[in-house]
Amino acid sequence: MSKRSTSVSLASLLVLTSLLLSACAAPAPTAAPAATTAPTTAPAVATAAPTKVATTAPTAPPSAAASSCGTKPVVLNAYFETGFDLPFKLAEEFTKQYPNVTWDIKQDQFANLINETPRLLSGDNPPDLIRLPTMVSFAKQGLLKDLDGYATAFGWDKWPVPQLNQNRVSADGIRGSGKLYAMGLNYSLTGVFYNKKLAAQIGMTTPPKTVAEFEDLLAKAKAAGLLPIMQWGSAKSGMGLAFPLQNLMAAYGPVQPINDWIFQKPGATIDTPTNLIAAQHLEQWIKKGYFPPDINAIEYTDSNARFTKGEGVFTFNGDWENANYDKNMPGNVGFFLFPPAEASGSPAAMSAPLTFGIAAKAKNADCAAFFLNWVASNEAARQIDVSVGGSNPGGPAEAKMPAVAQGSITNETLAAGTVIGKAGTAMDFIANATSSIFAQGWTPELQKMVGGKQDAAGLLKAVQAEYLRELAQ
Amino acid sequence: MVTSEDHPVALATSRRTRLQRVRRETLSGWLFVLPALIMYAVFVLAPLLLTILYSFYRWDGIGPMKWVGLKNYATVFEVPDLLGTIFNAFRLVLWFSFVPVGLGLVVSSVIHRMAAGRFGAIARTVVFLPQVIPLVAAGIIWGWLLALPGLINQILKALGLGAFTRAWLGDFDWALPAVGLIGVWVLLGFCTVLLSTGMTKIDKSLYEAARIDGASWLREFIGITIPLLKYEVGVCLTVTVTAALAAFDIVYVATAGGPGNSTAVPGIQVYILAFTQRAVGLASALAVMLMILVVAVILPIQRLTRESAK
Repeated sequence: MSKRSTSVSLASLLVLTSLLLSACAAPAPTAAPAATTAPTTAPAVATAAPTKVATTAPTAPPSAAASSCGTKPVVLNAYFETGFDLPFKLAEEFTKQYPNVTWDIKQDQFANLINETPRLLSGDNPPDLIRLPTMVSFAKQGLLKDLDGYATAFGWDKWPVPQLNQNRVSADGIRGSGKLYAMGLNYSLTGVFYNKKLAAQIGMTTPPKTVAEFEDLLAKAKAAGLLPIMQWGSAKSGMGLAFPLQNLMAAYGPVQPINDWIFQKPGATIDTPTNLIAAQHLEQWIKKGYFPPDINAIEYTDSNARFTKGEGVFTFNGDWENANYDKNMPGNVGFFLFPPAEASGSPAAMSAPLTFGIAAKAKNADCAAFFLNWVASNEAARQIDVSVGGSNPGGPAEAKMPAVAQGSITNETLAAGTVIGKAGTAMDFIANATSSIFAQGWTPELQKMVGGKQDAAGLLKAVQAEYLRELAQ
Repeated sequence: MVTSEDHPVALATSRRTRLQRVRRETLSGWLFVLPALIMYAVFVLAPLLLTILYSFYRWDGIGPMKWVGLKNYATVFEVPDLLGTIFNAFRLVLWFSFVPVGLGLVVSSVIHRMAAGRFGAIARTVVFLPQVIPLVAAGIIWGWLLALPGLINQILKALGLGAFTRAWLGDFDWALPAVGLIGVWVLLGFCTVLLSTGMTKIDKSLYEAARIDGASWLREFIGITIPLLKYEVGVCLTVTVTAALAAFDIVYVATAGGPGNSTAVPGIQVYILAFTQRAVGLASALAVMLMILVVAVILPIQRLTRESAK
């Protein structure tokens, strides 16, 4: 054999080996999410159109009677989000009350969790309980357990918290109605936190009742040489200006179209006349220098650190930071809901459940559902929910609202939560409309607006175009 | 070796044993290389072939795969600012590649000339250290240095250049050069060490002859050093240009593609498409096109710098 033909044959052997390896490694559709057509050898190809939930998921019918964790030892396989103590503390307390249940908890960052969840749910050992930052695609693929059976058995649908609807996904992937696929461990609330000392400095005695009053305060702060609003904006954490923007949108226009857009209702658009007014106000705030000059480089954690150290009179954030603010600026932090445009209007706020779901193939689904029910109805659990999570635990109407430490900011956020509940003006976050609308839409366009390279009208048009492009994928 | 005319029988035997020995040597040669080849096949070739395969499908990573032929390649051009990301990648080439090579030539020349022996070895080690640090760590460190209250701005203020301070990684005009600077810091050591090694191969008598003729340091540098380092420069350029065009870690950790799209490079776009948007087929198509682009840029460089390597 000549040298050249040896090399050629060995090279072809190498390529052949790689091809064989590729063939073995190429994914076959997993058997259980039956939302696939007849599995062929890899690579599996669906000849039908993208599958719909209607054909799915042979989930075992949930037990008609309220399920429990039994008495035999159970290990709950769970996936939590890093940086949120609440689920961990709840798990500890649950084991205290039900010693036969132990936990195998894994955790990861928000962004990684979004990327990993599909693989976790469809893998060999799917989690019994998993934090779900988004869920429409998982629901459509039949990867999540339908919780309607548990809802009827435990009576969740009788609870007054209307946010249960945020966790419903219809057969065509539209949120707001349909089967229930997740439950919230608590219900967060967003609004405006303020530094009490600095607010007193600019003469703020009561929270502003209208947007105009708020803008007055911002101007006063600027004139006094203070930073009016501390906010984050680096692409690494995502653009924090989405919070004030959405608050302005809900102040100048109705809340329903915003929720429709987030829930992907057909024909929904974010580019509306009232939203344009809102975006123009935000643009004015940017031009007047109400935000930190380096906002495009500030990460979420840095923003909170700087605010608690006294930089910024106001910040737009959510009650998940309550424990942090209580610890680092005790007694010096206040909260109010972003005011409406007219004094007669109702305030609106982003409020979302801390969603957790159960994998369709989970081994201990009944026990996981029992845990979800326990979180909202057990007194000790509700207390942990409020003191560690800082948020409203939801649950049955007759359940007692747990006591909150004197002077904690949680008092104010819980009170504000009831206002929003009564007004019915809770919204999901515009960053959650599609899986990458935040990374590809809101963040770059808002950053451009900060740099003077984008205006209000362009912002809304660009984001709507990106939204449509992603929905068409 | 016996000649065929003298001993035909002996030749027949020795040819057989010669062939056997050649075959044995070839076989043992391949066996030595096999472990590395298997790693290469499994971790480089197989994923490469899989990516090319995925690019012809529409797939979200778990569900069924749908054949779409070349549609993904057409869609790639509809991705917003795609040409912008490629333009950014080429701007990074200036920073990741040309600067380290140029600066590396100067630095290694200086070390070679002035700091022989142990001092030179220490200098080279110090310059090489950034290569050893994981890119993610480098990105985080520099993120702190380049922040508004960071060290770089403090130094500028101390030098009386306070007017130039800014949040470098949040600035539309300076974010990309700032990320480029991080790349220079990381890659300079690699080029310096490579070029230093190349310099030791250069015949000292050439320098002596030049010096006798009265050539200055600069003249020596341009006339002798650079031409004779053509091959090493070629390797340096190849590695750094690839690093620039395929850049992901440094950019993602420093700016995640922001602000706006000023540091958005194809690598980041592939990541977002594949994992956030869950359009694996589209991401694979973009990755394949990026690979073709890199090859198209590297091949001329290889050709130009390999000519007179002998």
